[in-house]
Amino acid sequence: MKKFPPWLSNILMPFVGIVVTLVLWQAISGRVVQSRQPDGTMEESKAGLLKDLPGPITTWEKTRKYVVEPFAKREELDQGILRFTWYSLVIVAKGYAIALALGTPLGFLLGLSKSFTKMFDPIIQILRPVSPLAWMPLGVVLFSNTGRAANELAALFTIAVCAMWPTVLNTAVGVRAIPQDYLNVARVLKLSRWQTLRRIMIPATLPYMFTGYRLSLGIAWLVIVAVEMLTGRIGIGNFLWNEYNNGLYTSIVLCIVTIGVVGFLLDRAMSLLERRFKTA
Amino acid sequence: MSAHVDISRLSKSFATAKGPLVVVRDFDLRIARGEFVTLIGHSGCGKSTVLAMLAGLSKATSGGIVLAGRELAGPGPDRGVVFQSPTLLPWMTAFENVMLGVDQVFYTAARAERRQIAEYYLTVVGLGESMHKLPGQLSQGMRQRVGIARAFALSPKMLLLDEPFGMLDALTRFELQQVLLELWNRNRLTALMVTHDVDEALFLSDRIVMMTNGPEAEVGDILEVPFARPRDRQQLLADPEYYRLREYLIEFLNTRAYTLKGQTPRSHEPEAKPDGDGKPPAAATEKHSKPTSVAFTAA
Repeated sequence: MKKFPPWLSNILMPFVGIVVTLVLWQAISGRVVQSRQPDGTMEESKAGLLKDLPGPITTWEKTRKYVVEPFAKREELDQGILRFTWYSLVIVAKGYAIALALGTPLGFLLGLSKSFTKMFDPIIQILRPVSPLAWMPLGVVLFSNTGRAANELAALFTIAVCAMWPTVLNTAVGVRAIPQDYLNVARVLKLSRWQTLRRIMIPATLPYMFTGYRLSLGIAWLVIVAVEMLTGRIGIGNFLWNEYNNGLYTSIVLCIVTIGVVGFLLDRAMSLLERRFKTA
Repeated sequence: MSAHVDISRLSKSFATAKGPLVVVRDFDLRIARGEFVTLIGHSGCGKSTVLAMLAGLSKATSGGIVLAGRELAGPGPDRGVVFQSPTLLPWMTAFENVMLGVDQVFYTAARAERRQIAEYYLTVVGLGESMHKLPGQLSQGMRQRVGIARAFALSPKMLLLDEPFGMLDALTRFELQQVLLELWNRNRLTALMVTHDVDEALFLSDRIVMMTNGPEAEVGDILEVPFARPRDRQQLLADPEYYRLREYLIEFLNTRAYTLKGQTPRSHEPEAKPDGDGKPPAAATEKHSKPTSVAFTAA
């Protein structure tokens, strides 16, 4: 058997995987069957392994208007899928920025000081697994007196507080992993604390920080759907929830696919950045 | 005239579960200005610990070091250190690595002058063409050249070399010994080098200090190296005196390094590296240096 060149198989194999998945999806999804009743009328009923799961073909037919005009704004709740995604991305970007701004210094403190770690590591370990669904109501309460901004602030709070932990922990690990040799260079040259931080510690920690940043971005994107469902902010999560309430299951599938693709692209972009900062 | 470097009764011990472990005991040494002294001894004998104390990276348990009339306290750029591995910062180019120290020492000089200093030393060690490459793009030997340039560029009062060529293959090692010697001939910096390579010690030093085996390592014997400078390796290898001194050093390492401490040879196990310098165990390094010596006698 002839082997494909790697670049071709790198494209071909995922393509095959996608096709196989679509076929399987189509096979298990529900379809509409028409049957002639004894009284001569035609009746439609659903059949299939998962009767209520829309298949890929149905999904495409029912949701194409969101996809072919991705930036259209027909009504507040009837907009192109990428326009909804854009709203969500903006709020995620803000919350993510807060998460990094808080998480990076906190990670440095944890990495630098053993006593600080002993003091606060248990707290972090307790707060870290708390679901965004649990943080969200607290956020709403905390910012309820801020008027029109309340929803947005609550959303930012939830994203930041959920997404910062990988940044905190990876930065701390990175700081602890700085080779003693590098620190000895700083000591031998008598670099000031600030110089040591800027010229040695931060560059040495960057690869770890970016691993944290990548994981944090994944979480921030994960959280947005829950946040939008609860706050009713316009965005892809909110669209998904509305369509669920309207019984339009094809739109749910479209949202899931979109959220997945966007998450994948964000992760790719971050790992490209991460590789650029890989040193040593 | 008092010595440029005066090390007196320097001791280092580590606390262990079984009580203090004395690595170095009462180490005494005076080094004249412009002298190149080598510490030789088996791995784990504490010679690197002595160097680390001079560099200020390890604190002496007792005793003191006076450099150019001032008692040393902690590390500082008045001593240029060449580490065993080059320890270049991988996110900076060779030039930036050297500049890091130059900026620190010559902060009163104009930026152009500082650049000149870094460029000068990098060119002298043979990196004129590749000084703007990252360490990852340089060979191991070239990286160590940067390490040497970095130490010299500080114009330190003293040069400390911790097995600077230990990680290089024999050919590169010869090359770099030559580079070091040429650079040293220009400024005659007072230098203390740690090695376990007998030929390296003879080629480079004015005096060789032989250390007994640890724990409680101390100065066992001192050898004056009479060869005139500047030295030429070929001339040195043609000199019968060279082989006499070489035999003397090897005899010390094989026998007296143990017996001076009342230990029997061969039963010796390398210590569990209390000085933490990450060297390979004695047996491995012995193997490493043997082929070199064969090459020498054949030459």
